[in-house]
Amino acid sequence: MVKHWWKIASILLLAYTVVAGFLMSVPRLNILNESIRALYFHVPMWFGMIVMFLVSTIYAIKYLRHPTTKNDILSVEFANTGLYFGLLGITTGMIWANYTWGSPWHGDPKQNGAAIALLVYLAYFVLRGSVDNHEQRSRLSAVYNIFAFAAMVPLIFILPRMTSSMHPGSGGNPGFNMYDLDSRMRMVFYPAVAGWILLGVWIATLRIRIRNVKERILELEDYA
Amino acid sequence: MVSGLVLYLFSTAFICYLTFNLRQNLATPLVWSALFWITILFTAVNSVAKSFIGEKKGRDIYYYSIANPAAIIISKILYNFLLCALLSASGYWLFFLFLGSPIHDKVVFAVLVLLTSMGFASSLTLLSSIAAKANNSTILMAVLSFPVVITILLMAIKVTKNCIDQLGWDASWDELLTLFSINCLVAAVSYLLFPYIWRS
Repeated sequence: MVKHWWKIASILLLAYTVVAGFLMSVPRLNILNESIRALYFHVPMWFGMIVMFLVSTIYAIKYLRHPTTKNDILSVEFANTGLYFGLLGITTGMIWANYTWGSPWHGDPKQNGAAIALLVYLAYFVLRGSVDNHEQRSRLSAVYNIFAFAAMVPLIFILPRMTSSMHPGSGGNPGFNMYDLDSRMRMVFYPAVAGWILLGVWIATLRIRIRNVKERILELEDYA
Repeated sequence: MVSGLVLYLFSTAFICYLTFNLRQNLATPLVWSALFWITILFTAVNSVAKSFIGEKKGRDIYYYSIANPAAIIISKILYNFLLCALLSASGYWLFFLFLGSPIHDKVVFAVLVLLTSMGFASSLTLLSSIAAKANNSTILMAVLSFPVVITILLMAIKVTKNCIDQLGWDASWDELLTLFSINCLVAAVSYLLFPYIWRS
């Protein structure tokens, strides 16, 4: 019970997010109106994705320093979970864009950047799939993981800020910044971010455990 | 090898010329820019991919025994940079010959081409070494390089448009600087990571 407090916290935070996110009042902003509630579900996906990919990269670096199966599995599964978050982020963004911008894919710089960032990690899994040797695969994919993360940083954090975008919060559009994210929204937004990230870590740990069990079964079969 | 690449460039430019010769005024400046960067991208991917994939089996081991990985990656990046710059320059010349050139700010464009070659060289060299270690190399090379290179291309396309519209240095300065810093980042990461690939 003591070890699982954060799982319980995640459930409570997300339950609070869903209830408060749909029921509490939100500020009336131009263009956004009620769709501003996407902030509690769409934006935390990207926060979660970045955290998962960051953890994945850290374990990739760890793998290069100490090549153990454990580091490799952690790196892969966090990348996997990050990819899910990214896909959910794109999907929720498209649903939102369909109502606010009029079409799901608007060719906005942020959409394109997010799509390319996901392609980077899809390429990572293609790379993993195409190498047979176990150790070689772990090493090459760890290198690509670090490289991909370095390439993704300008793509997500720098380039979208240099171009004008219709995304809320940039180019004078109302949205997430310190002036118009008022305190009522903060009360839901921060718990939402924490809750989604905890859920991501939870999913990743489950996947890691399944992966470990599979590895163990393979080992035992080799033995027999 | 270089003659093969020049032939590749020549035939691409010539196909563009034949296609756009069918009707006048079809090759608008933006179409020109798109064709130019597609040609340069594929030539660069093809040429840089050769740097590890095309290596003969025994030569890897020979290099491994005489030089340390840092020296190898730096020399490969430098060589590929010169190769890419040369190919882009001759590509521009061929396009100029066949399709004319809508570029007004020649100096800015030259700096852009140099920076882009540097970016292609520093990112594709490492990816080529990864792809060479994996089995189905050529397809993998395209899959791995596309998302990484696209950041560089986005900048390149934007600056090319500025050059076409005669906006001068002021408009392109930010992009060129960003491109340069992306290059530095990618080159530094390649330098740090290459020893781990080389060892296996």
